Amino acid sequence: MDKMPKWADVVLIPLISLILAAILSALVILGIGEDPVAAVNMMVSGALGSTYGWGYTLYYATNFMFTGLAVAVAFHARLFNIGGEGQAMLGGLGVAMICLYIPWPHWTMALLAACAASMLFGAVWAAIPAYLQARRGSHIVITTIMFNFIAAALLNYMLVNVMRPDGSMDPASERFPAAVHLPTLHELLAPIGISFSKAAPANVSLLVAVLACVVVWALIWRTRLGYEIRAYGHSESGALYAGISPFKITMVAMLISGALAGLMATNNVMGEAERLVLNSTEGAGFIGIAVALMGRSHPFGVFLAAILFGFLYQGGAELALWTNIPRELIVVIQALVILFTGALDNMVRMPLEKVFLALRKGKA
Amino acid sequence: MDFLTIIQVLDSTIRLSTPLLLACLAGLYSERAGIFDIGLEGKMLMAAFFSAAVAAVSGSVLLGLLAGIASSLVLAGLHGLASITFRGNQLISGVAINFLAAGMTVLVAQDWFKQGGRTPSLFGGARFEPIDWPLAETLSGIPVLGPIYAELLSGHSVLVYLAFLAVPGTWWLLYRTRFGLRLRAVGENPAAVDTAGVSVVGLRYAAVMICGVLCGIAGAYLATALQAGFVKDMTAGRGFIALAALIFAKWRPLHAMWACLLFGLLQAIALRFQNIDLGGVVIPVQVMDALPYILTVVILAGFVGKAIPPRAGGEPYVKER
Amino acid sequence: MTVPAIELKGISKSFGPVQANKDISISVAPGTIHGIIGENGAGKSTLMSILYGFYKADKGEIWINGKKTEIPDSQAAIAAGIGMVFQHFKLVENFTVLENIILGAEDGGLLKPSLAKARRTLAELAAEYELNVDPDAVIEEIGVGMQQRVEILKALYRQAEILILDEPTGVLTPAEADQLFRILHRLKDEGKTIILITHKLREIMEATDTVSVMRRGEMTATVKTAETSPEHLAELMVGRKVLLRVDKVPAKPGKPILEIENLRVTDDKGVERVKGIDLTVRAGEIMGIAGVAGNGQSELLEVLGGMRPGSGAIRLNGAPLPLSGPGSDARARRAAHVAHVPEDRQREGLIMEFHAWENVAFGYHHDPAYQSGIFMNNAALRADTDRKIEKFDVRPADGWLAAKNFSGGNQQKIVVAREIERNPDLLLVGQPTRGVDIGAIEFIHKQIVALRDQGKAVLLVSVELEEIFGLADRIAVMFDGHIMGERLPDETDEKELGLLMAGVNGEAA
Repeated sequence: MDKMPKWADVVLIPLISLILAAILSALVILGIGEDPVAAVNMMVSGALGSTYGWGYTLYYATNFMFTGLAVAVAFHARLFNIGGEGQAMLGGLGVAMICLYIPWPHWTMALLAACAASMLFGAVWAAIPAYLQARRGSHIVITTIMFNFIAAALLNYMLVNVMRPDGSMDPASERFPAAVHLPTLHELLAPIGISFSKAAPANVSLLVAVLACVVVWALIWRTRLGYEIRAYGHSESGALYAGISPFKITMVAMLISGALAGLMATNNVMGEAERLVLNSTEGAGFIGIAVALMGRSHPFGVFLAAILFGFLYQGGAELALWTNIPRELIVVIQALVILFTGALDNMVRMPLEKVFLALRKGKA
Repeated sequence: MDFLTIIQVLDSTIRLSTPLLLACLAGLYSERAGIFDIGLEGKMLMAAFFSAAVAAVSGSVLLGLLAGIASSLVLAGLHGLASITFRGNQLISGVAINFLAAGMTVLVAQDWFKQGGRTPSLFGGARFEPIDWPLAETLSGIPVLGPIYAELLSGHSVLVYLAFLAVPGTWWLLYRTRFGLRLRAVGENPAAVDTAGVSVVGLRYAAVMICGVLCGIAGAYLATALQAGFVKDMTAGRGFIALAALIFAKWRPLHAMWACLLFGLLQAIALRFQNIDLGGVVIPVQVMDALPYILTVVILAGFVGKAIPPRAGGEPYVKER
Repeated sequence: MTVPAIELKGISKSFGPVQANKDISISVAPGTIHGIIGENGAGKSTLMSILYGFYKADKGEIWINGKKTEIPDSQAAIAAGIGMVFQHFKLVENFTVLENIILGAEDGGLLKPSLAKARRTLAELAAEYELNVDPDAVIEEIGVGMQQRVEILKALYRQAEILILDEPTGVLTPAEADQLFRILHRLKDEGKTIILITHKLREIMEATDTVSVMRRGEMTATVKTAETSPEHLAELMVGRKVLLRVDKVPAKPGKPILEIENLRVTDDKGVERVKGIDLTVRAGEIMGIAGVAGNGQSELLEVLGGMRPGSGAIRLNGAPLPLSGPGSDARARRAAHVAHVPEDRQREGLIMEFHAWENVAFGYHHDPAYQSGIFMNNAALRADTDRKIEKFDVRPADGWLAAKNFSGGNQQKIVVAREIERNPDLLLVGQPTRGVDIGAIEFIHKQIVALRDQGKAVLLVSVELEEIFGLADRIAVMFDGHIMGERLPDETDEKELGLLMAGVNGEAA
């Protein structure tokens, strides 16, 4: 018998974990002498109270959908990809090359090419740790961490020594040509009569992210490959028995994961910055871990969790702007969410299981 | 490159190796007991802040050190709670701890000092002062040995000497004492320890706490000896380099020292020379930055002998028949 | 009347909704060997784990030498003079024998004096009980029989007066088992009290003074061994008369289906486990592979099932099957009409977290019947599952239930249904009834025999001699990666097979 109903596992536990993280966050805000209620109000109005706020919330959420999906797909194969950050950096490199070195007649073609390039670059960066895990048993958590640092060094080198325009002191690439400018939500919604803030960076890659959620859902739950990935994730010896190649699944799951993380660059590099800068990923690769954990590795859960984190990021930026609370508050909240939904899962789960068991006995 | 430059680079190697070594030994205790710890970075960072903060306020570097250790212990306790008591995922817990430290240090620093997430600069008794060995000044004139004695060996803070003494200390504890036997056993097969009537939970908490103390010293060294105060994200990936060194050393104390010295040397060279010109071939500074990580991947790939972690590492212990 | 060495009074223990022990009472006289027998899952190991402080009983009392004793942890059990040899040894593999012995029983904080003292004590114990081991050998480099001795020495070093052994012969050859029993008798003569947990009737009859029978968490009887018989014990174990033989007509062997030539297999650690065997399985017969666990049978099944590479040659219906590289994986085997009921259904045969209907496709998820375009046709799969559930009487008949929520027997029925319904030319079966209740055993045996009667070939691996005798039309015995000999079930007996299983071959080998 299951110890508790499925809905409790899927909805109740993440909810309780989230509430615990929220309570602790409120205590932290109290601790630094600020008013948590006022802070929440400011976050809500700042992130959701205007189309400008929404525009930023959705911009961040787009990043987190990509990285959250990346972590989630790897999780299904029981692989912990901490390398989303590095893979997204490489994705940025791919996007920058596509946008800078090829003259595109229209943004749609550029976007397709940028998608392909960012996926390719992200996947390549994930491929080496994946291969080492699959063939040589090198722990993928450690190798992907190492590859984050190597990616940062590589990007640094490329920006300082190769892509930096002559005469510029700034370690950044040239600005992308206007032809590859991605339409923002303002530009997309204006023709159908909806007015949306001009200044907000949310852009057409949000639709790419939503599409990615749907595709990942279909892949994991409706295709043979998804079946194999899930089976391998639950039992490696079982996979061998069923003729599922552990090597193939490790590689494929990590390639998909890296490609999804790389795709993020269509949003932050192509959609927002419109040039490649150092640290353009801003830790989004790591937030993907929190998003995947909270979303229980399900694409719909990832979608919701990404929007929540988008709200937190935009709300946090507003707080930093108007109060004495630094943006790092969000990093704390993110840590608490990872802690409660990931590492301390049993702390919530075990008492809850007892409650459900007692309820069942009471009924019987 | 002249002799004095070499001495200076090596001197800087020792100083830069120290935090790596302390953190690496910290990880060694934890991982030898079967608890993976990718939260070394976070614990160091937390300790760096609290040691600098308390030293700045009290003017006493010793109080600062204690505060640093205490704050690191809190995070170590959290890691223990998640990975031992609640049998959670040790890697995820480590990730959470790193973020918690990254966020909390800036948050509290801003609240206390309002200097953009840093502490005031430390001076006088709020910093660890170098200890000059006897006659260092007098002997420095002797060719070769003089500078080695006066510049390289003498003139470091007490924490540097402590870190290097911790290497034989750890070896002795691990291989010559009851505690070490049990610690190694619990990382290999906790069921053997449990059925032998020894508490797995107790041993693992002890290991995690030792890890906390050492990370605390490492962080305090960063903020109160190597530098004069805390700045945001000042650990700058050192916790991960320490982790890399631990794998490089295959979880053995003496090898850990050599690995940390190697990585410290890389940092010292990168710090001093930026781009290195090797007879026409220029090695960019970024390669030096990435080298510890690349070396670790090479080691992990098994091209230079296989790194086999403690067998029960990463797995929460559940009683089974 | 002497005071019992161990007395358990009304022990009960539940794991969630499962009651593993129900109100169990037992009394063991000092200086005797007491057997506890029961099927897998009857609650024997749970009971002994409670006695050793591994689990805490929900209810009941433990009395040791006439004194009520609380045993909250292993420490307390050791203090009360109880030692336990677990089925899966609890040794640190890269430690030496000596280090394993002193672990947890060191004298003082430094190792040197402890090791010296242990070395002396070990020499004394070796002389006293015929328990010779090299104190400086590393555990992972010595055999299982030796490792078991280390476990016994560990208990004796801690001055155990009561020794519990959980299924101690599962990994031993009959000869090694006999040696173990000699040691146990010696210990008994020295006044130690021994509890022997097993599901093998032969061991109970040979080694014990008294025996308790457990069934479904309850103690059904305690009797003097001399006053009972194997048939009576078997009946007590399962609660009704047991058919020890399976009803079947004589086999009509046809052409060779599977031919194996000089097959060699290496395990994950690089140790050769199958050392050049030749074997033929014909249509319409069940070939039984007998042997003590760990003599290469598992690797044989794995290489035939495509889970592991090997060298040599195998042919199916005359056509060669690759043993390594492309076309040697489990998917290719299934395509060649080889079905496989694996030894470990929970780790291999099923994904425990998957729904029953997802498991019905496991290994056959490429079947065109389960596809529609680029997606899987889950509706078709569920319909197929419902058919199989009905035909194989899987209970509860709910395809949406996760595999882990079925009983062992019903899990096995799902696996057997999946594999047999494919109508394979060759069926590989490993330990088909391990951890399966009696009712399901009979059902599964009948299905295997029915497949044979359709003219299919069956290769059965089982460590249960009874099952081999009941099902097999021919018997091959494996020892140390070799086939020691082939016998017909009517022309051999347990004794002869036992010798073969121990590597002793009467004929010119």
